[in-house]
Amino acid sequence: MLTILFDGVAYGMLLFVLACGLSVTLGLMNFVNLAHGAFAMAGGYITVVVVNRWGVPFLLGLPIAFVAGAVLGAVLERTLYVNLYAKPHLDQVLFTIGLVFMSVAGVDYIMGSSQQFVNIPSWLEGQINLGGVGIGRYRLMIIVLCGLLTIALQLILAKTRFGSRLRAAVDDQRVARGLGINVGAVFGLTFAFGSGLAALGGALGAQILGLDPIFPLKYLIYFLIVVTVGGTSSITGPFVASILLGIGDVAGKYYLPSLSAFVIYSIMIVMLLWRPQGLFSRSASR
Amino acid sequence: MALAADSPPLAAEVTGFLTRRARWSLLEIAFWLLALASIWVFPSKHLILTEICIWAMFALSLDLILGYAGIISLGHAAFFGFGAFAAGLAAKYGYIQEPVIALVVAGLLAAALGFATSFLVLRGSDLTRLMVTFGVALVLSEIANKFSDITGGADGLQGIEIKPVLGRFQFDLYGHTGYVYALIVLFLMFVLARRVVRSPFGLSLQAIKGNALRSSAVGIAVNWRLVAIYTLAAGYAGLAGAVLAQTQQFASLEMFSIDRSADVLLILIIGGTGYLYGGLIGALIYRFAQDFLSDLSARYWQYWIGFVLIMMVLFGRVFGGILAALIIGVTVWFKLDTGTSLLITAATLLVLGVVREPLLKWTGSRWRRALAGLRRKPAGTSTGASHAGRA
Repeated sequence: MLTILFDGVAYGMLLFVLACGLSVTLGLMNFVNLAHGAFAMAGGYITVVVVNRWGVPFLLGLPIAFVAGAVLGAVLERTLYVNLYAKPHLDQVLFTIGLVFMSVAGVDYIMGSSQQFVNIPSWLEGQINLGGVGIGRYRLMIIVLCGLLTIALQLILAKTRFGSRLRAAVDDQRVARGLGINVGAVFGLTFAFGSGLAALGGALGAQILGLDPIFPLKYLIYFLIVVTVGGTSSITGPFVASILLGIGDVAGKYYLPSLSAFVIYSIMIVMLLWRPQGLFSRSASR
Repeated sequence: MALAADSPPLAAEVTGFLTRRARWSLLEIAFWLLALASIWVFPSKHLILTEICIWAMFALSLDLILGYAGIISLGHAAFFGFGAFAAGLAAKYGYIQEPVIALVVAGLLAAALGFATSFLVLRGSDLTRLMVTFGVALVLSEIANKFSDITGGADGLQGIEIKPVLGRFQFDLYGHTGYVYALIVLFLMFVLARRVVRSPFGLSLQAIKGNALRSSAVGIAVNWRLVAIYTLAAGYAGLAGAVLAQTQQFASLEMFSIDRSADVLLILIIGGTGYLYGGLIGALIYRFAQDFLSDLSARYWQYWIGFVLIMMVLFGRVFGGILAALIIGVTVWFKLDTGTSLLITAATLLVLGVVREPLLKWTGSRWRRALAGLRRKPAGTSTGASHAGRA
């Protein structure tokens, strides 16, 4: 029981790192980015290449994945995404679906369609026993790492000048612009950072979520659930949403294996009906 | 209504406007004559033409909600798959032997499902709609997977035996009967859809698409109109799925997948939304492009599909499509191997993204105006009254 809770929390933390970039993109620019998972997949594959083929230590592979993801995000944002902010949602959906298709086929070509695994160091394998509860070391590391990241994110958002600019821009883009905040630059940076986080999440999650070319499509719905249920006005919302989703999904798979996906989707639909703007969001919509 | 009764000239004008809108143009008649002729002209291509017909029905259904009511759906395959399984199960377990009746029943069932889920779509923003539609498709797929002893699960529904249409025309191996059957169903669906969107009801939908708040201010019951069109579109998608299940004698879980929803979206975008022929033309282009691209690189044709989509978004549907075709044409012309061409297209895309703004400026307003005229033309010919509307 506690093991399930623990696994669920680890899973949820992972989902949060994967999806929090998306929630900012959506909240800041009202941009529907269905290709967010592609960055996570890129991070996962970069780690596979770097760790397995080049023999870089796993813990060094994670920051490499983050940086690579952030660079990839920055490049795509500056070249392609920037053309689409003013376009209707339909165009954004088409564009990002196109991007997903290209990334899926491209990765399939480069890495093959089979599932990939990252060689994790031996000290992360196996379980430790804490008061009768078996705890996977890898999952423990995820919780610690993602927990630290979350705290860091919260601090950046709450305490730094960049954070307050970002919050101002999310709250009201027009006024923020009027106050002299360069919303485009803030957004570009955030997008890159969010992509980097997604890549990091993909690298960490390769072991738990499984890494294959259809990753962006397979987990798209999870990211979207986190974002829509959590709302886009803070990072606490998505955080709580991902933890709940993680625990719910793991528990569902354990207790009702044949129904779990069904339960998750149904809960999502009900949730959206109940609070279309997200559980933790203000009622104001744009 | 009261207004119309008070001022007869206005009523006459409105009636005249609606009648002109509903008139069949020569181009349309020619289109359908060509479709009819294809039965005799391309007898060896009937299997692929049947597939095109089915895609066209499906895209037509999406056009009703996307092109006319502005609802973005990422899970329209839900109704497609539902219709397919309804028809497939009806035939397999012998509930309904006669294909036409089974087809109608499958359509009605899908419409009922559409009605039930339409209330979910009314709430929230585009993103919520995306998720809810996507979620509905996933739930249905899960249900079908759960009852694998009935639906065949991951293997799909096999061993369907379809009885002759109207007890007379047996589906044959070469797809002749299937094609005529699909074409007739498509035509009937099209005529009905045309009637619906050209009616005052269709006009009110376009008003809602333009601005829901203002439409409700002029007295349009926004929610009920959306429910109605969503129900109809779901029924249409169900019919398309049912025809597929009947002509191919197979139904699978893949029919619920997001790939299918994305494909139909792409088809509609290729053909253009909001004038009904978009889905039909799009299906034709898509199916042949798919053939061509899978010849090019069987496993990676989705890459090209994605590329075309992005180009169409960046540079407009027509210009972008031509540009994408040119770039793909270049890679074919130089016989590049898959890796090089994937790399080159990706790089081209990035460069094009950067130069997009200056490029569009350079091509000039005149060129763009000419393009806009081109793009409007199909819609203009079919309505014939857009001028009257502006006058």
